[in-house]
Amino acid sequence: MTTALKKSHFKDDESLIYISGILIIGFIWSLFAAHPTGVSAMLYPTLEMHGYMMLFFFLLGILAVVYKVGNGVPKIDQSEYEDGVIKAGVIATTFWGIVGMLVGVIIACQLTWPNIFYFENLPWTNFGRLRPLHTSAVIFAFGGNALIATSFYVVQRTCRTRLAGGMWPWFVFWGYQLFIILAATGYLGGVTQSKEYAEPEWYVDIWLTIVWVAYLMVFMATLYKRKEPHIYVANWFYLAFIITVAILHLVNNLALPVGPLDAKSYSLFAGVQDAMTQWWYGHNAVGFFLTAGFLAIMYYFIPKRADRPVWSYKLSIVHFWAVIFIYIWAGPHHLHFTALPQWTQTLGMVFSIMLWMPSWGGMINGLMTLSGAWDKLRTDPVLRMLVVSVAFYGMATFEGPLMSVRYVNALSHYTDWTIGHVHSGALGWNGFVTFGALYCLVPWLWKKKELYSLRLVEWHFWLATIGILFYITSMWVSGIMEGLMWRAYTDLGFLEYAFIETVSAKHISYVVRALGGTLFLLGTIIMAFNIHMTIKGRGLAKPLDGDVPLAKKPALPKAQPVLVGE
Amino acid sequence: MFLKLHQYLEKKSFALLLGIIGVVSVGGLIEIAPLFYIDSTIEEVEGMRPYSPLELAGRDIYVREGCYTCHSQMVRPLRDEVERYGHYSLAAESMYDRPFQWGSKRTGPDLARVGGKYSDEWHKLHLENPRAVVPESIMPPYKFLSERELNYKSIAAHLNANKRLGVPYTEEMVELAVSDLKTQLDEYADDYDGFMARYPKAVVREFDGNPDKITEMDALIAYMQILGTLVNFEEYQAEKDENLR
Repeated sequence: MTTALKKSHFKDDESLIYISGILIIGFIWSLFAAHPTGVSAMLYPTLEMHGYMMLFFFLLGILAVVYKVGNGVPKIDQSEYEDGVIKAGVIATTFWGIVGMLVGVIIACQLTWPNIFYFENLPWTNFGRLRPLHTSAVIFAFGGNALIATSFYVVQRTCRTRLAGGMWPWFVFWGYQLFIILAATGYLGGVTQSKEYAEPEWYVDIWLTIVWVAYLMVFMATLYKRKEPHIYVANWFYLAFIITVAILHLVNNLALPVGPLDAKSYSLFAGVQDAMTQWWYGHNAVGFFLTAGFLAIMYYFIPKRADRPVWSYKLSIVHFWAVIFIYIWAGPHHLHFTALPQWTQTLGMVFSIMLWMPSWGGMINGLMTLSGAWDKLRTDPVLRMLVVSVAFYGMATFEGPLMSVRYVNALSHYTDWTIGHVHSGALGWNGFVTFGALYCLVPWLWKKKELYSLRLVEWHFWLATIGILFYITSMWVSGIMEGLMWRAYTDLGFLEYAFIETVSAKHISYVVRALGGTLFLLGTIIMAFNIHMTIKGRGLAKPLDGDVPLAKKPALPKAQPVLVGE
Repeated sequence: MFLKLHQYLEKKSFALLLGIIGVVSVGGLIEIAPLFYIDSTIEEVEGMRPYSPLELAGRDIYVREGCYTCHSQMVRPLRDEVERYGHYSLAAESMYDRPFQWGSKRTGPDLARVGGKYSDEWHKLHLENPRAVVPESIMPPYKFLSERELNYKSIAAHLNANKRLGVPYTEEMVELAVSDLKTQLDEYADDYDGFMARYPKAVVREFDGNPDKITEMDALIAYMQILGTLVNFEEYQAEKDENLR
């Protein structure tokens, strides 16, 4: 009986059995977490809060599975692409983008007008709690969702096969949203490991590990069953991003919880070793999350939108392996002049400078893909967004090696210059390439002829570009100024400025920065409106009929890069 | 040849995966693994000791509030920093910091050597309302720390977790954790001498000036007052062979 049931219901989709297993185990653990008996947590009463939240979400998950099975498990048509999860990813990316950028604007205002934006009775609104929320929301919630959604889209199209794993992609999507919610609410409650970009505590880390392994399996299994002989270059980058982030996450978050039901943990590493491990992680969160993953987006969406093949196949091979090999070494440039041994600092610096070339290899490959299609930049704001993102990528990857030079770093480190550098990468490169990909994806996924309004895309483009310029120039000014003020001496050989003088000197820059951030946020809100109207089919977004899924089309050598100069 | 190899890799998904894992493993192994063995990173310096229970609780609050997002704890060996903040930081000074608090940004000043520079009263006033003391400050207010009682019942478990990770807390220290925590707030406590023997150089005071309750403010100030004070730099010889890095 049970086997018959299993056969009829789970023909294609045994994934639901394993997913329910995970959900039930999670549910049981959260039962204990919601009522930690005999544990009086020194710091956070929040494990209870998280316990209840997990209880709720796991229960919701179990109910969803029961509902699905009750309605007869979805038969999976292997000749159709799985696009539902990508649509969900597009919406999640847009939503979290606005949240993350809004928090960014708020904390920029806090540093500018502390008398207005701080509330002494609301500890969770303080800068120290909101800053990790901002960084994680934009990197992991906005960027992460964009990466998951685009990778699911790209891997299906370039392998001409449906996503593997039945309901597993949905598990990855919702599991990742749960991770974001737990991390975000944790920060507000003060649950943090204080490792930058790896702040979530141990139990959230374990959950992310489960989700991430599922993600890797889905991606690998889809590659494995591909109908194309070659794996397309974008997928190399996605794969490097997924596996390396897994390694980084596992090693950097090794910690011992105070107890099985205590949210607090202590890091396995201490002092110097911990610093090195953290910045090995931290820099490669940039290298693999924000670079390799987003280069994959570039390698699919720019050729598609420009309707041109990738410029050079050989260059893509060389710069792929060079980028992933060299990036890993660059972490110690975050630790110049610290107690880290000098040889390690020097290695980090040398490799950071070497990194400039393979980074620009990617930029050149992306830009030159427009050969013969440059005129489209004038008419297609979406393509312009994608191309400008690559230009910002080039700028940030030049500025980075420059700042990693020990004596430049002596000035720039600890200052706002670093913040400006990060944002020229994050807003210019990651932001714009994501916006470009979303503008491409929405009409494709919802089968519309075009976006609701290209004029709104123009508005988005210019608001965001001006916003970025305000942001990075104000941070250059304030960063270099404070760096010089810290080291300024009077004629008599005394330090010229007290620290607080350098703080008040930055006020005007902070006003400009907050303005720049606001403009950028405004652009994103316009994008959200445009996406919403496109999905509703208004304006230019006329429905598209007669779309044939690619998997049903005869084989085309589409996924293979054209070899130029062979 | 090279292209042939790549033709193979881009047709075999598992080979590609293994190739990536191999390539990304090299740098991390070479840079991180030696740090667990070479002298300059694992050597002890006289004076360093694990945090007292109250200091550890304060440190946890420092972490909870995200102080590291604006304050570094790493004085670099540059002339202006040494003159502004004090002796440059040694590796050994953060050997019991799990995780480290070196930070990456100085929106506020470095705190690696803030211990003993300001009075408890100043810290309390400043934390409660930074702009009352420093008008141009952009720091958030932490008034709630003075009101919130420190929940120290599980402090022994915190010491024990650190002990299991290799921090040299003794059995006695773990057992007496709660009592030590209270002793640090009372110079006339019975076990004052025992406490000072266990945690030399500890600052023992009623930190927030409110003897009625043990607040989170007590713990945080206790932590800040010990920062950077454990190593005696009048005796420390930077030029000695063992200290040259």
